[in-house]
Amino acid sequence: MSWSLLFFLLVGAVSLAAALGVVTSRQPVHSALFLLTNFATLAVLYITLDAQFLAAAQVIVYAGGIVILILFVIMLIGGDTNDFSAAQRAWSRTVGIALGTILLLTVSYSVLARMAGPSEETAALLQGGTPEAVGIALFTKYVLPFELIALLLLVALIGALVLGRQQEGAGEGIPSVKANE
Amino acid sequence: MMLETSYYLVLAALIFTVGATGVLLRRNALIIFMCIEMMLNSVNLTLIALARQWGDLEGQIFVFMIMAVAAAEVAVGLAILIANVRHRKSINIDEINLLKW
Repeated sequence: MSWSLLFFLLVGAVSLAAALGVVTSRQPVHSALFLLTNFATLAVLYITLDAQFLAAAQVIVYAGGIVILILFVIMLIGGDTNDFSAAQRAWSRTVGIALGTILLLTVSYSVLARMAGPSEETAALLQGGTPEAVGIALFTKYVLPFELIALLLLVALIGALVLGRQQEGAGEGIPSVKANE
Repeated sequence: MMLETSYYLVLAALIFTVGATGVLLRRNALIIFMCIEMMLNSVNLTLIALARQWGDLEGQIFVFMIMAVAAAEVAVGLAILIANVRHRKSINIDEINLLKW
């Protein structure tokens, strides 16, 4: 077993375990921390895939931005609810697990069937993925999508502001969610 | 040594499945949010692995765009969640049924 495979298996196992932790944690804060672990391990895998710029962007955007935002909302609304209430409907958990298994089987079949077939020669090692290469591609060939993304982010910013704004006259702040109210 | 792309694809499929199962199982809107983020990330892993497989940067550009869209989605989604908590005092999606016919 080569070292790169061993490294991939270790990081992949941590990533998968963190993903399972997100789903099974009872506290939303624990879920958010597992999510952070998952994002960090994926950033490591991006580096092994020669995507250095995206690994850095992953850490900054997901770990630094999105997880912090989610944590802020958890603090704001106190998501301390034990919400396995889906189990109150007896069929819900069974159906969920069954559908998940079917999805896993379908996806892994499509991958494994491909693996069993004759393997084509893999392309040459991608030398790009450095900030320089990605930046040149972004600002030459893909400059229009890049500008559109900027517009999308502006619209999202305004939308979030409008939605999150306090209503006129209602000055009591955000009520917190009580456990199993 | 280069690892085979299929390993990454299998890992991405597993993470995607865990995320989808979480969306089906959990009723806390915040955790459903995190599961959706996880699914987006597993697709990013697929795109980057295939970008290396074919020696093409376009997959990585695509991932860059997906990251921006995910950030926008999180900002708007969490704002909707907070607005809903203001009105209904709940983040259990079984109780968010105003638009249900």
